[in-house]
Amino acid sequence: MNLLHYLILSMLLFVIGAVGFIVKKNVISVFLCLELMLNAANLSFVAFSRHLNQAHGQIFVFFVMVVAAAEAAVGLAITIVLFRNRNTLNVDDADTMKW
Amino acid sequence: MMETALFYLFGGIALLAAINVVTQKRVFYSAISLIVCLCAVSALYLILEAPFIAAVQIIVYAGAIMVLFLFVIMLLDPFSAALLRDKKKSLRYAAIALGAIVLVLLVPLLNTYSLSRTPRNPEMIGGGAGSVSHLGQMLFSEYLLPFEMTSVLILVAIIGVVVLSKRRP
Amino acid sequence: MSGYLWLIPLIPLAGAAVNGLAGKRFPKAVISLIACGAAGVSFFLASIAFFDLLKLAPEQRHLLQGYFTWIASGDFVAQAEFLLDPLSGVMLLIVTGVGFIIHVYSIGYMHAEDGYYRFFSYMNLFLFSMLTLVLAGNFLLMFVGWEGVGLCSYLLIGYYFDRRSAGDAGKKAFIVNRIGDIGFVLGIFLIFLTFHSLNFGEVFRQIAEGTQRFPVEAGLGVLTAIGLLLFVGATGKSAQIPLYVWLPDAMEGPTPVSALIHAATMVTAGVYMVVRCSPIFSRAPLALHVVMIVGILTALMAATIGLVQTDIKRVLAYSTVSQLGYMFVAAGVGAFSAGIFHLMTHAFFKALLFLGAGSVIHAMGGEQDLMRMGGLRKHTPVTFWTMLVAALAISGIFPLAGFFSKDEILWSAWSQGHPLVWLFGLITAGFTAFYMFRLIFLAFGGEGRYSEEVRHHLHESPPSMTVPLVLLGVLSITGGFVGLPAWLGANRFFRFLEPSLAFTLNSEPAESSHAVEFGFAAISVVAALAGIGLAYRMYISNPKSAEELASRWKRIHRVLLGKYYVDELYDAAIIKPTLNASTNVLWKRMDAGFIDGAVNGVGQTIRNFAGILKNVQNGLIRSYATWILLGTAAVLLYVYVFLRGY
Repeated sequence: MNLLHYLILSMLLFVIGAVGFIVKKNVISVFLCLELMLNAANLSFVAFSRHLNQAHGQIFVFFVMVVAAAEAAVGLAITIVLFRNRNTLNVDDADTMKW
Repeated sequence: MMETALFYLFGGIALLAAINVVTQKRVFYSAISLIVCLCAVSALYLILEAPFIAAVQIIVYAGAIMVLFLFVIMLLDPFSAALLRDKKKSLRYAAIALGAIVLVLLVPLLNTYSLSRTPRNPEMIGGGAGSVSHLGQMLFSEYLLPFEMTSVLILVAIIGVVVLSKRRP
Repeated sequence: MSGYLWLIPLIPLAGAAVNGLAGKRFPKAVISLIACGAAGVSFFLASIAFFDLLKLAPEQRHLLQGYFTWIASGDFVAQAEFLLDPLSGVMLLIVTGVGFIIHVYSIGYMHAEDGYYRFFSYMNLFLFSMLTLVLAGNFLLMFVGWEGVGLCSYLLIGYYFDRRSAGDAGKKAFIVNRIGDIGFVLGIFLIFLTFHSLNFGEVFRQIAEGTQRFPVEAGLGVLTAIGLLLFVGATGKSAQIPLYVWLPDAMEGPTPVSALIHAATMVTAGVYMVVRCSPIFSRAPLALHVVMIVGILTALMAATIGLVQTDIKRVLAYSTVSQLGYMFVAAGVGAFSAGIFHLMTHAFFKALLFLGAGSVIHAMGGEQDLMRMGGLRKHTPVTFWTMLVAALAISGIFPLAGFFSKDEILWSAWSQGHPLVWLFGLITAGFTAFYMFRLIFLAFGGEGRYSEEVRHHLHESPPSMTVPLVLLGVLSITGGFVGLPAWLGANRFFRFLEPSLAFTLNSEPAESSHAVEFGFAAISVVAALAGIGLAYRMYISNPKSAEELASRWKRIHRVLLGKYYVDELYDAAIIKPTLNASTNVLWKRMDAGFIDGAVNGVGQTIRNFAGILKNVQNGLIRSYATWILLGTAAVLLYVYVFLRGY
């Protein structure tokens, strides 16, 4: 399978994730879409890694996953605190940093 | 041949699951769909001769991160079907439009990548670029510093999470 | 010698500064001492300067003293320089002499006023400005003095600032003056454009030597234009038609102010200026004709108004306008020295008349209406006799001062070929005699028409006021002798002024037989006596006849009393439309609407724009994410469109 197919797939997943990030109202849904985007990027890395027959892409995927894990943990902690204070999971309700 | 079929199969699953993540009303089902998607992607990694990554994907991503998500979802009203109100409806259409544009714009650029594949290197240690031993070698030689930094990162994350979610008296 | 010339104006300036800044705390005696002392010293120095001038031979009597370069910009250079020649010497003596006398008079007249120090400060400031005007060696410095006297006139007319009418009168004077000044300034510009210098000597020399460039002009040439423009300024300052309307209103000021500024000195600045510029005027017959016509019309018109006025100061004000007209007539027929001669004698008797009127007002406790006076000769004898002398002088009775000067003018009008002007001048002289003696008879003759309480108040003025009256009376009697006409053997005044008129054409008076001159002089005296006799008939022997005459010619009487309704005409035709346009168009539409609107509009536009722009920061995460996605799309678009080639 040549590279292009994987890249297109990766692109599609990424755009779906991006659109979902903007469209979804629940904070946790937004996080899920974020993970989706990261995954799409990972797929792209691995595809290139196989295509160029190098391991660097996969190493990078490794690091991406570590960071994604850390970020998911902290993000969910923030979500919990947010829920504790505002009692809402609507992303639009966290809008006080504005004009 | 086999590869193509498998690619289409798992690629399709991944795509459908992704679409489901975005369109599901209830966040619980979105999370489940995402797990499915991650598993499909892991299968794709296998097809792409990256066994370690595939395994890590299942163990860490689908196994740890998503479970964490599910914990939190369960904690915070998982089955709420309450239609959360939308402060800016126009964003929905803007997002879809922009997504389409980005998609359309990316496709021609990708045409340049009809390169031929670099052949395998038979002298590689432990069989293939994606094998565990090769990756391990690289992690502990070339990428040693980042590797150690990630442990620090995780430590920081743990501390952060603990501090954040403490209940203030 | 002329090294101390600068002291003559500067000492009054110092007096003004001291009195103005610190005078509030000084006792009245100190203030008077400073002010009158300054005036006196100035007079003393002026006399010395004058005598020093006499020591020189006639051709050399032209001393230009430069002090510093005031403006040097490109090729425009203006010096601060004083010019002492016969013309300015005569003016110098008049201004400082009469000025000093009036300062002394004011000590008594103003003694009860609160703003005593302010009055004397302004009076000294006026002396400074007038002396600058007179001594100036170039047009620019003269203009400085010109404006300065206008300012002091405003300050002094509005001296009783708590009276609305006084403030209005001051403003009127200043504004009407300003209108005239436009002409003056334009004239100065034109002079500079034509001659590239503003120095008197320089300009006049260029005119005299450049007979090709500056011939006697037939119609409207450069010199005529300059002359007319300068004359506009003169009509403003010297209260001629059409800018005389401020002078009667200026009587709101204290009487010494009326005497000094609006009789003897400031209003004569216009005449002085025209005579100084005689080289220009003598080569611009059209301008001279205009001057003459305006002069005689003003003289006649003002005299007719003065016939029926009841306020003692108003009569004198219109009389001043009328006499100024005579001076311009003199200039207009080419008899420049006669004009200055009349200026001098007029200063004496008009100042005396005003100061005497002040004495009368002082005696009557503030009453100014002639109809409520009468029989004052018993109570204020010195005032009576001195005013009688002045009235005789102004009427032109031989051998008092006014006779010689007025007669000179009338004779010049006839001999230079303007018989109609002579006739009008004669009629005006008759009117002058009439209304002047009407004033005398109404105020001093007959029986008193005042109330009991005024009667108790009646007293002769203190010596500080009566001595100046007597002094001026003496001058009114003897002042004429310096200018005895040719048929009496002299013509000294003209000879004396001749060096100042060196560049003037045709300044020599016409030659003719002495008998003819004598005949004309006799005619003028007869006219004057007729006027006096008529006044006697109407106001002494047959008092009712005045009222009967008034009721028979009611409409004419009303027009005269209403000053030909000129003020009302100006108000309707000029002032109201200007105010209207100013308020509705300039203020409301342009300033508030347009300019403020534009400025505010810019602010409002920015505010609106910012109002729209601020919505970008709406706090919604999703919105920010959309912007990021938009940015991505933009970058991709850019790459796609512009960088396809790679």
